[in-house]
Amino acid sequence: MLKELEYPFDSKYIIGKKVMLRKLLRGDGSKRIKKNIAILGGSTTNDIKLCIELFLLNQGIDPEFYESEYNQYYQDAMFPPEELVRFKPDVIYIFTTNRNITKYPQMTDTDDSVGRMIDAEYGKYKNIWENLSRTFHCPIIQNNFEMPVYRLLGNKDVEDYHGKRNFLQKLNSKFYEYAQTNSHFYICDLEFIAADYGLSEWHDLNYWYMYKYAMNLYAIPSLSFNIANIIKSIFGKNKKGYVLDLDNTLWGGVIGDDGVDNIEIGPEEAVGQAYLEFQQYLKEQTHLGIILNVDSKNDEENAIAGLNHPNGVLKPGDMIVIKANWEPKDRNLCSIADELTLLPESLVFVDDNPAERHIVTEQLPGVSAPEIGSVQNYIQILDHSGFFETTVISEDDTNRNRMYKENVQRAQQQAKFDDYNDYLLSLDMRGTIKSFENVLMSRIAQLTNKSNQFNLTTKRYTREEIEEVAANQDYIDLYGRLEDRFGDNGVVSVVIGKQIGNIVDIELWIMSCRVLKRNMEFAMMDELINQCTKRGILKVIGHYYPTAKNAMVKDFYSLHGFEKVDEDDTGNTKWEINVANYIPKNNVINVNGGNE
Amino acid sequence: MTRAEVFEKLNEVFREVFDDEDIVVSDATTANDIEAWDSLMHITLVSEVEDAFDIHFEMKDVTKMKNVGEMADKILEMM
Repeated sequence: MLKELEYPFDSKYIIGKKVMLRKLLRGDGSKRIKKNIAILGGSTTNDIKLCIELFLLNQGIDPEFYESEYNQYYQDAMFPPEELVRFKPDVIYIFTTNRNITKYPQMTDTDDSVGRMIDAEYGKYKNIWENLSRTFHCPIIQNNFEMPVYRLLGNKDVEDYHGKRNFLQKLNSKFYEYAQTNSHFYICDLEFIAADYGLSEWHDLNYWYMYKYAMNLYAIPSLSFNIANIIKSIFGKNKKGYVLDLDNTLWGGVIGDDGVDNIEIGPEEAVGQAYLEFQQYLKEQTHLGIILNVDSKNDEENAIAGLNHPNGVLKPGDMIVIKANWEPKDRNLCSIADELTLLPESLVFVDDNPAERHIVTEQLPGVSAPEIGSVQNYIQILDHSGFFETTVISEDDTNRNRMYKENVQRAQQQAKFDDYNDYLLSLDMRGTIKSFENVLMSRIAQLTNKSNQFNLTTKRYTREEIEEVAANQDYIDLYGRLEDRFGDNGVVSVVIGKQIGNIVDIELWIMSCRVLKRNMEFAMMDELINQCTKRGILKVIGHYYPTAKNAMVKDFYSLHGFEKVDEDDTGNTKWEINVANYIPKNNVINVNGGNE
Repeated sequence: MTRAEVFEKLNEVFREVFDDEDIVVSDATTANDIEAWDSLMHITLVSEVEDAFDIHFEMKDVTKMKNVGEMADKILEMM
């Protein structure tokens, strides 16, 4: 990962050095997932594309692009050329701006006629989205409209229906309504990005008149970074949580030296207020399923006392794992990741001390340790970094904190038993293993994109593809949900097998690491074989394709009684079992309310 | 700044933008002489030259410049 491409970045540097940066990233030998991205533009998009490429490469995605000819977004969307059809985009980005508005209200227009103009303009875009969606079944990202550079009516421009600002905001609201009811449709908030950059700077008209760029060349990295964040979020590359320092990060001062009574936190004075607002920001994020952990050089007693400070809003109970000791921080971060069964790189390290950040990023490549500046910058920098860019709000996200906490309780429960099977029985586990259901499609697609470790083939699916699998009789599709005495883990496993005659080929087998060693995979296999028997299937075939992350399932099929029938020189293995020879293995999870 | 100094600085900008240490620009250099110099990279190039010399070309001048020599003349005129 290149620090130069992490927020806060130097836009001038990126624009000037993009050729060099591209070579550097393309030549670094890292493994990335490939994605096809179509950009349908209403103005010049070349540098936007180049910068999206840099940011995605830095996030572990290797993009290939289709770029429409200048201002051909409408034609390409309504009458997709052969080249675009062959390209099979995984995501389509429609780059339109207020330069593409065909007709603005005139002073002679009435409220009604302006309403019709809005409907007409919106109708054009809706046709585009529906046609693309029908043709390509992939996520669509659409810009909203940025505000224009001038206000004909001055301050009245925003509230009067003749005003361009008023017009664009109404049109934007229509876009948002569409986004609320179409789950594969995402807004790129160009309006915010332009405002955040500074509207006058953004609209450096030289770039429009000379090159037909709808914004300043140097604003493009900010825009492209935002789009890359949406794309990496869609494909499951978001971070999962924070690892937080305490002294001068969550409060002002050093608690070991100053004492709990003297740390700065709370509304009474400026510095304390800044730390309080930062704590509030983190607390709000926990409601989105972002998890918090502590990694602090302190005695544990002091750390807990600081978190219990009456003026603070983050309490020890908001933290999943607290490591307050004198170990090196990178080692603590690793053990936090272990306890959470997460990879270290899915955590963001937040520490005011550049030396600690340096140690962590040196020892653990892939972990982000943003340069957060001083306390008044913390929120802005973490927020703009887009680590947790929200594209879907699922029930599982909002419950994630609770689930991680329950896992810690399970670990305590386990300590009470000598025999692991007795422990599993004591959990009183109930599983639901069924074919995909409508309300779960988003979560299932999300899981196929997020699971890296317990993933046999690392095949990724969009929501649309999941729906197609569910509708196709040739597939056996199963999701697994697991509950126990400590709570509901939600949907944690997905299996997709394709029937070819009397054989089933397992194309996808994933499980969330949240439920490792709970025998859920045995329950899933029992149910898969059960379904195979009902369909008269004689043989089941499985595959293991090694990646940098999925070594834990190398022997998965062997454990389930499969025989290895093939192995190529890249380590890909192929396995088989006769359905008649399968022996059910789950005896700890009560599945679908049966065999009590 | 002398014309030679302008050229030295221009050379630096060209090398950075095209990530090619072998580039040597002269009066007569045009987009035809540098493979990666297409109309799209031209946008970055002009913007980076403006930044390096802390100037802003007039639109009419950008469209008129025919080679690096004319660019250097314009820069000298504006400084």
